[in-house]
Amino acid sequence: MSELDRVCDRPNCGNPAHVHLTEVVDNKMSTQYLCKSCAEEKGLNPVSGQGVDVAEFLEQLTRGEEVGEASATTEPCAFCGLSLDGFRETGRLGCPHCYTTFEPGLRRLLNRIHGAARHTGKVYLPPDPAAAERDRRLDDLRRRLQSAVDTEDFERAATLRDQIRDLEPAGSP
Amino acid sequence: MKTPDILRDFGLGWLDASGPHADIVLSTRVRLARNLQGHRYATQADAGDREAVYSAVAGMVDTPVIPAGFRLLRMGELDAHTRRIFLERRLVSSELLSRKRAEEPTAGAALLVCHGDPVTIMVNEEDHLRLQSLVSGLSVMQAWSMVDRLDDGIGRDLSLAYHPEFGFLTSCPTNTGTGLRASALVHLPALVLTKEITRVLEGLDRVGLTHRGLYGEGSDFVGNFFQVSNQKTLGRSEEDLVEHFGNTVATVIEKERRARQVLRGAGPRTEDLIWRAYGLLRHARLLTYRDLMELLSGVRLGVSLGMLPSPRVSALNRIIIFAQAAHLAEAAGRELDASERQAHRAQYVRRVLEGENGSPTTDTGS
Repeated sequence: MSELDRVCDRPNCGNPAHVHLTEVVDNKMSTQYLCKSCAEEKGLNPVSGQGVDVAEFLEQLTRGEEVGEASATTEPCAFCGLSLDGFRETGRLGCPHCYTTFEPGLRRLLNRIHGAARHTGKVYLPPDPAAAERDRRLDDLRRRLQSAVDTEDFERAATLRDQIRDLEPAGSP
Repeated sequence: MKTPDILRDFGLGWLDASGPHADIVLSTRVRLARNLQGHRYATQADAGDREAVYSAVAGMVDTPVIPAGFRLLRMGELDAHTRRIFLERRLVSSELLSRKRAEEPTAGAALLVCHGDPVTIMVNEEDHLRLQSLVSGLSVMQAWSMVDRLDDGIGRDLSLAYHPEFGFLTSCPTNTGTGLRASALVHLPALVLTKEITRVLEGLDRVGLTHRGLYGEGSDFVGNFFQVSNQKTLGRSEEDLVEHFGNTVATVIEKERRARQVLRGAGPRTEDLIWRAYGLLRHARLLTYRDLMELLSGVRLGVSLGMLPSPRVSALNRIIIFAQAAHLAEAAGRELDASERQAHRAQYVRRVLEGENGSPTTDTGS
């Protein structure tokens, strides 16, 4: 069962569980899944609980509470046909194009989940890259090389140096 | 009821307990989620999308992109028993085998795997590609470097779904960006016994790591085994994520070791618990898997504290894998019903402990 379709453990509640509570009593460990209001009754603050509650955020998205420009994001994805309702149901996007289709709301969702919406990791170099893509990748590799040298990770530095050499146009220093 | 010889020892490298802190950290796994440009993801994909992804991966086998020796195994062409063996070794997820458990594996579902190599790729799981490495002990940087190199090669050959702002695009927004999930399977009996565990788990949550039981989301914390993993994948570089994860797990190990010293000094109760667990495992005639894991926890603690002269940590790791249902059936050469399985499990464990009796404990990790 995924975290998304868990139901609150409190008898007769039935709300979706958003809080994951682990307790140790008499050396026995137990985990309870609670909805937001039952968790609050127990004095727990769900915000500091198990990460971000994606399901609840997606509910808000479809109700239009989170998306000012709701009309722009309620059209299904033109490439894979996924609707916002479908996204809410599964919590899964249908294709790379969905990121553009649902962009404004999705950016907020990414911010909620990760505390950021901008990728600062590996810069992807596609097959047959354009010059600009190659330059971005080279900048990224040089930045990584510097950080490997700073942390004295010389094995990694050597690998990065090789990757940079492979990418640099012939004849450059 | 026989797994073909060629598949028999896949995915067992981590059992040797050769990695750092292998007495506490059973294994480290790092996975990268990747998708191919121009194809729909699992929830929206049809058989055509899935077969296209399969063919793209098949096209890289026996080229310089994929190291020599790797084989691409279609899940649909393996019998159900072999698929269960792979599942019990955590080489494949139940999601790869089928979206609904009772069904046959979906079209194009495959595993790229190689003898003796800790790296595997699941094809057509929730994402088109799930590159993963599984190594002994706490070796996050090593595990990541291996999948990172393979990812570079694949990216040069296939067009991956990537967005300059959001990074690598995944089916679930919780994986977007780096697509990197590091996880460690840790054994924390002393933190549970000293009731420190709740505070430690809350601490993990505060620094962006999450925890689960042995068998993933929603599973119980059987035998004091916890799976710890990073929650965030976007907004930090892979190096940062890996370093932060490794440092945090190292802190948990240190707390566990300190708690073990407290237990060691707390009179005969700990020693009694350990020897009782050993005695039951050594002599029981019926064992459920849950009982086994609870007892293994005590024995593992005893070996790590030097209170038990045997077995070796690697033997305890082997028991975790080989005392599961499909592995017992494999050894028996036939399907076993529930009560037969308990008897076979107890017999297998007795035999391992007997064989280990008196052998030196040389691989308890550092």
